[in-house]
Order: sequence, then C-alpha cells, then structure tokens
Amino acid sequence: MLTDHPSSIFQTQNLSLRYGKKPIFENINLATTSNSITALIGPSGCGKTSFLNCLNRLIELTPKSQISGEIRLNGEDIHKMNVVNLRRRVGMLFQKPNPFPLSIIKNLEFPLREHGIKQRQQIDEIIESSLQQVGLWQEVKDRLQSPALSLSGGQQQRLCLARAIALQPEILLMDEPCSALDPISSEVIEDLMLHLRNQYTLIVVTHNLAQARRIADQVAVFWVQDEIGRLIESGTTTQIFDHPQHSLTNAYISGRKG
Amino acid sequence: MNNERRDRLITVCIWLMASCVIASLFWLLSDIMQHGFKEINWQFLTTAPQNSGRDGGIAPILVSTALIVLVCLGVSLPLGIGTAILLAEFSPQSNFWENLWGRLVRLSLDVLAGVPSIAFGLFGNAFFSKTLGLGFSILSGGLTLACMVLPILIRSTQEGLMAVPEDYRRSAAALGLSRSSVLWTLLLPAAIPAIMVGILLGLGRAIAETAALIFTSGYVDRMPESLLDSGRSLSVHIFDLAMNISGGEPKAYATALVLVISLVTINGVISWLGAWFRHDS
Repeated sequence: MLTDHPSSIFQTQNLSLRYGKKPIFENINLATTSNSITALIGPSGCGKTSFLNCLNRLIELTPKSQISGEIRLNGEDIHKMNVVNLRRRVGMLFQKPNPFPLSIIKNLEFPLREHGIKQRQQIDEIIESSLQQVGLWQEVKDRLQSPALSLSGGQQQRLCLARAIALQPEILLMDEPCSALDPISSEVIEDLMLHLRNQYTLIVVTHNLAQARRIADQVAVFWVQDEIGRLIESGTTTQIFDHPQHSLTNAYISGRKG
Repeated sequence: MNNERRDRLITVCIWLMASCVIASLFWLLSDIMQHGFKEINWQFLTTAPQNSGRDGGIAPILVSTALIVLVCLGVSLPLGIGTAILLAEFSPQSNFWENLWGRLVRLSLDVLAGVPSIAFGLFGNAFFSKTLGLGFSILSGGLTLACMVLPILIRSTQEGLMAVPEDYRRSAAALGLSRSSVLWTLLLPAAIPAIMVGILLGLGRAIAETAALIFTSGYVDRMPESLLDSGRSLSVHIFDLAMNISGGEPKAYATALVLVISLVTINGVISWLGAWFRHDS
C-alpha cells in the first residue's frame, strides 16, 4: 500500500523565530536524518514546540510570528513551496488528541477527499490500512460510523495518527504525543513510533528523557539562555546520553537541571 | 443558629423573587388565553377581517406576517452568517489597527442591536420606501426587519464560531485542508447551536415588531398579491384593534393569542432542529 519514499530530511540554517518583538529561539542549525527518530528535548519554554511548528509552517497561524533563516526539505526551501503540498508531505501529531467532531470514518475520509482521493474503494482501502498500521482496526471496524469523540484518549490519539499517515506523508512531526495519555496508551504510541520509523522520518518533541533514550536515534537538546531558546547540542542518542559535550546537557540528562 | 436563620431567609427571598417572575408571566398568558381563546376558531384563521377588524378573521394578516418574516430571514440569514464568517474567520487581528477595526465592528453591531425599533422604522421608511421607491410594502417591511435582526444574528454566529476550539483549525491546517471546507465541514456545524439562538432571538424580535412596520409595510389589511403590496402584520393588527377601533378588543386578544402560539411553535421547532442537527452530526 505505502510507497517507498525517497529519504527525506529537514535542514535548518540560522533559523530564528520571534513573536512580535519577543525572540523565541535563535540561530538553530539542525539536520535530521531519514528513516529515523529525532527527539527534541529540553526544559519547558525553550522553543521545541515552536521549532516543530516551523517545519510544517503551522507557525504562520500564530499572529505576529516572524521567521528568519532557512528551512530546507530535501534541499528545497519550504517557504517557496505550496503550503498544502508541504503539509501533505509533513504530517503532524499534536500533544492533545484532536479528532474532528465527526464519525471515525469521516475523520479519515474528509482529509482524503480534500486531497483529491475520491474513489470509494480507494478510500476504504486507505482507511483500513491506516487503521491497521496504528492497531486500531480490530477495535473500531464494527463501529466506523460512531463519533470519534466517543473513543478513549489513547484510541483518539491513534486515530489522529492514522489520519496523518492516511495522507502518506514522508515525515511525521510529533509534539509530545504521549504526554496527555495514560501509561498504557503511551506505551502503545511509543511502540508505534518505533514501528513507523521504518517508513517515515519522525521528529518528536518530548519531555520524557527516558522515552527519548528508548526510541530516538538522534537527540537535539534545546535550552533557554538569556530568555531565548537555543540548540545547545545535537548528536546520536548514545553521544548525547553517554558522552554529552555541553555541561548543561550533562546536567539535564542526569536530572540536575531543567 | 444565626447563620442558619440567615440562610433560610435568603432562600425564602430567592424563591419569592422567582415566583414573582413566574406569576407575572403566568398572569399575562392566562389573561390573553382567557380573553382570546373563545374567539379563535377555524373561521377566524381563514377569513378576512370585516368592519375594521371587529368581525371576521385574520387570514390576510397571517399571510402578510409570514411573508414579511420570510423576506426578513431570506435576506438576513445569508448576509448575517456571511458577515459573521468574515469577521470571525477571515479578519486578521495581528496588529493594532486590525484589532481596533475588529473591536469597532463588534461595538457598532452591539449598539445597532440596541437601537430602538422605531428608529429602524424611520430609516426603513426613508430608505426602502422613499429612496428605493418600494413604498409601503411587505418588501420594505421585511428589509427593515432584516436590518434590525442582522446585528443579533451576526454577533451570535460570530460568538459561536469563535467558541469552536482552535485545535480543530490547527489540526485541519496541519493536514493541508482548505479553509473553506474546514469552515463548511467543521466550523459551521459546530456553530449551529449559536446560529439557532441568533435566529430565535432575531425572529422573536421580528415577528413581534410593530413600530418599525407601521412606517414600512403599512396598515392595509387586504390579502397581499405581491411583495410590493402593503400588508399588515399581526402585531400592527393588535395595535390597531386595541388603540384605534372601539370594540376591537376581543379580536385583539385573539390575535395576540395567535401571535404567542406561533412564537412558541417557532421556538420549539428551531430548538428541536438544533438538537436534531447536533445528534445527527
């Protein structure tokens, strides 16, 4: 069902963001690798989520936001791309499960139709395979017409994930996808992330250091310095957790700071 | 002990106040029922008024009222909902001036909603009847009412749209969905209850309106043949029978009862529609 995508990577160059006059983060240079999980970690308010929102240009919905610097997706400047195409290639999962107040099937069907997939059979196939991938098919196949909001929190989050992958993105952005869920549901989502790594490039914001260590291939550590978010260190998970170069990273991962 | 006594006193006071409100409503309704009920029959609803309304029925007046309300809703619904969508969804408020503009529009709508209906009547008479040359007609009356209802409809629809969680807009945008289909599939259905409330309030105001209609749709109690005919609304008919026609009071009460019953019916139907729509989606 899912086609093999060419390896997709993000690369930011001197990326800075401000809301009005207030700088949020400055000079972020980060490259993600394809078919892997990159975890963005760091204390609250260091700009991780805002950074993630820049990657699919969702930040443009926030009034007064101003970006400078460059973001390239496979070498292409995302600010010169059609935003609908960009967001189709770069899916997103939010912190709070946010299915639409429609039926389960409509939640998946509505975006598909919007993106020009209109044949009933094709829609049904994609819906089934997406729900299979997130392990929700067995649970909901007999009640696809019931409201999505009647699902449990963990199921809602998996439905949102299915909704995102139904559009066959190359990259999935996840903003603390487990933080609003109970431990069992978050374990399910975590397993899914590991499973999805084979097909997609995942960029995950997390507050959970243990989770970052368990699932991530690369880790980027954000920190607030002079009230401005900065990327203080990035590297492979082993490098960051076992041989941190920056003293703040060391303090953070050992629990002494943040 | 002292505290307990004070609590009991306050409870009694609250019950008394609530009872006063209910009693006055009950009194008003029972008065209308008592005087109006014996006059109402099939003939009253289906024949034309005779002898200046002392005899006969209210058939042409019912038709005129329905037409005026239809014109009013036909114009104000699309215009009102469209304006509300523009204000709530497509007006950026990213800087001081845009913010000021949004606040100004909201303020003027609130002021407009509070303008006495007689002022709308004068405006309607000057603009629709004279300037546009529509004369005393159902069209002038309906359009004048539409002006009155618009601010109520716009504000409640706008509030309804703004109450829809921002999450839906963000997640829809992240899926690359267009704003128009998000509006159509997600935002408007979520705002339906608020729109219904707006229609209810507006319709209530329109159907009971007298002052604004005397100058615009006029007094004529014949069966209207087109929207350009003058037509008398129920409330104008009540006013006329009660104030200008000696011996018209029994029919005035009967007409008032018909007006109250139709208002209650419309209220019920719209609430039911709202509930049905919410369950359906």
